[in-house]
Amino acid sequence: MSDRTGSGAGEGMAGRNLPTLELHVPEPKFRPGDSVDFSHFDIPAADATPRPDEAVQPAQIRDLAYGLIRVLDEDGAAVGQWNPNLPPETLLRMLRYMALTRAFDARMFRAQRQGKTSFYMKSTGEEAVSVGAALALARDDMCFPSYRQQGILIARDWPIIDMMNQIYSNTGDRLKGRQLPIMYSAREAGFFSISGNLTTQYPQAVGWAMASAAKGDTRIAATWCGEGSTAEGDFHSACTFASVYRAPVIMNIVNNQWAISSFSGFAGAEATTFAARAVGYGIAGLRVDGNDVLAVYAATRWAADRARSNAGPTLIEHFTYRVEGHSTSDDPSAYRSAEESSLWPLGDPIARLKQHCIRLGIWDEERHAAMDKELAEMVRDAAREAEKNGILGHGLHHPMESLFEDVFEEMPWHLKEQQQQMLDEWKAAGL
Amino acid sequence: MEGGGTVSEGMTQKARADAQQMNMIQAINSALDVMMERDAQVVVMGEDVGYFGGVFRATAGLQQKYGKNRVFDTPITECGIIGVAVGMGAYGLRPVPEIQFADYIYPALDQLVSEAARLRYRSAGEFIAPMTVRSPFGGGIFGGQTHSQSPEGIFTHVSGVKTVIPATPYDAKGLLIAAIEDNDPTIFFEPKRIYNGPFDGHYDTPAKSWAGHPQAQVPTGYYRVPLGQARTVRAGEALTILCYGTMVHVVENIVAAMGLDAEIVDLRTLVPLDIDAVEASVKKTGRCLIVHEATRTSGFGAELSALVQERCFYHLEAPIERVTGFDTPYPHSLEWAYFPGPVRIREAIAKIMKD
Repeated sequence: MSDRTGSGAGEGMAGRNLPTLELHVPEPKFRPGDSVDFSHFDIPAADATPRPDEAVQPAQIRDLAYGLIRVLDEDGAAVGQWNPNLPPETLLRMLRYMALTRAFDARMFRAQRQGKTSFYMKSTGEEAVSVGAALALARDDMCFPSYRQQGILIARDWPIIDMMNQIYSNTGDRLKGRQLPIMYSAREAGFFSISGNLTTQYPQAVGWAMASAAKGDTRIAATWCGEGSTAEGDFHSACTFASVYRAPVIMNIVNNQWAISSFSGFAGAEATTFAARAVGYGIAGLRVDGNDVLAVYAATRWAADRARSNAGPTLIEHFTYRVEGHSTSDDPSAYRSAEESSLWPLGDPIARLKQHCIRLGIWDEERHAAMDKELAEMVRDAAREAEKNGILGHGLHHPMESLFEDVFEEMPWHLKEQQQQMLDEWKAAGL
Repeated sequence: MEGGGTVSEGMTQKARADAQQMNMIQAINSALDVMMERDAQVVVMGEDVGYFGGVFRATAGLQQKYGKNRVFDTPITECGIIGVAVGMGAYGLRPVPEIQFADYIYPALDQLVSEAARLRYRSAGEFIAPMTVRSPFGGGIFGGQTHSQSPEGIFTHVSGVKTVIPATPYDAKGLLIAAIEDNDPTIFFEPKRIYNGPFDGHYDTPAKSWAGHPQAQVPTGYYRVPLGQARTVRAGEALTILCYGTMVHVVENIVAAMGLDAEIVDLRTLVPLDIDAVEASVKKTGRCLIVHEATRTSGFGAELSALVQERCFYHLEAPIERVTGFDTPYPHSLEWAYFPGPVRIREAIAKIMKD
């Protein structure tokens, strides 16, 4: 008995001349108060990466999973084989959608701080990831987003007042106040219901794409997750399924460096890139400058054309930076250096596209300032309209008995009974 | 009223004429065949279900008949299987994934509990997960702890999924068709101990086949046994025995052996439960025994016991009894000590009947 009670932990084996084992626990380079130096980043020139044919075998483009596809150079010129050569009107639409996303975030973040809702998540610095992809996909391709791709809805011209109603969980909320703010669902916009559980959307997107292929459809699916949640089993299940059935799906990893307070090292970034996850699955893997909207567009377009021609799935790592906290519930200054975002070597996606447009002579600072002002007023007016439908906790919500609806298609007896009991109790209490 | 208590109920003349002797595997295979024929959106997927036809042969011949786009083998990732089925459902398909053993369903729990079960609610009906997850469950086959479990109580605790467990070939087919047609996610647990014949609880006697069993006469065509309706296996006055799956047959045999006028209710669907049938029976008999193979604590029997107490307290003449699996992992060599078999059921009946 006694010889089985001790675990032996920490005791070692006496008399064995072996080195002591050491556990490696990753640590980010910079913590609060540290000066930031990003000179260790290896950023290839914008025109350095060749663009292969969309039908290429994944084994032939493994280096793309370790490089960085870029289009916009330091001077704002669009260069290299990945330059999508977009017409001016498309560039300006991209700029506007990104700016609107940022204005929307600013307004809704403030609304949360004003107590009008419980929660918000900004996508500051990551607008290119959503907007670039949305414009590269067909309008009826199906998106399975994570929680920071509001830019997709905005770039698909979804009414921002509808998004605000959801954030306020008010009487205008189509989701009947059931979901945490920003967990949108917009079937008509090809935007799948967002889950709070991480990366569950990955195998779902693959399943949707498999169904589309099995049915001889032409639509493809795209999905997004953060670098942190590539550690989830769902990610790997999805990659296996996507590889096995050559599903017409684009799997995006938004590597914004931080998963709440855990830096990307806790998902494996010290060992390899996230795009390199594709290599083991035999999937095409691209690593993209996520702050370069033209690179995001070009990579997504490449992957979409590849999927549409039955050449298989693509895994894209968007290398970017989460400028703000994870959500309104955390303070990033408590776990990372405040200098990181301002010194981020890949810059700001909106500033970079603005610079490009100015360089092309299709835009200028005055027009940009006027656009920002117009968008700020637009979201302010929309917020005022949405607030007429109520804000969280101020009584204007869906009727309380509605909380029992949509659990099943038809309400079974036990829910009807619980619903009635709730109403009777409130009535008896004089409420 | 469709389906119902006996084979003849709810069946057209033609269906009766077409009825064939089937074991439960054949009945399940027939249900899948009928539904794939009727509805082009029905797809079957899972480990080994395609070319090979499933480790229990439930999907035999379907890939040959309907093609690989509709019946296909999957990688060994239950999380992936259910996640993919959620996506296929969102596309508009009606997936029938198989989880090879109920014991393997745990890696899929997040996709079942947080995704499939919640999708209609969280999207206010924009997206649904009309999938039927088939999975063999229960012990009695010397499967050890990873091929014997009865995890139905995990799913009955989850809002947004239905849980269905047939006890006969006739019900297996009719319930499976109803589950596939249902627009909510349904867990369809198949009691594998009775795939090939009803089990009387005596493991040391020769196995019986379904031959000659009235509930093994199964129409070859389409019919439904509605979800949410129990079946009175045997009407009686002395006590009510609530059970499902394999235990229906074990109980039936003991009741016959004891010469007891018990009312045996096969619940068939745990969620939504046929509360009217439960309540009416216990109010009539005044005594209630609950039998299931799953572990006891927080098992579905606990819910049944609470419901009976809440609704039938003033009709009860004895405390409600439960005979269940023990709160241990399912043992291999001591399977028949664990299994809630004749000895334990007999003791419980005696206890309930003594006053």
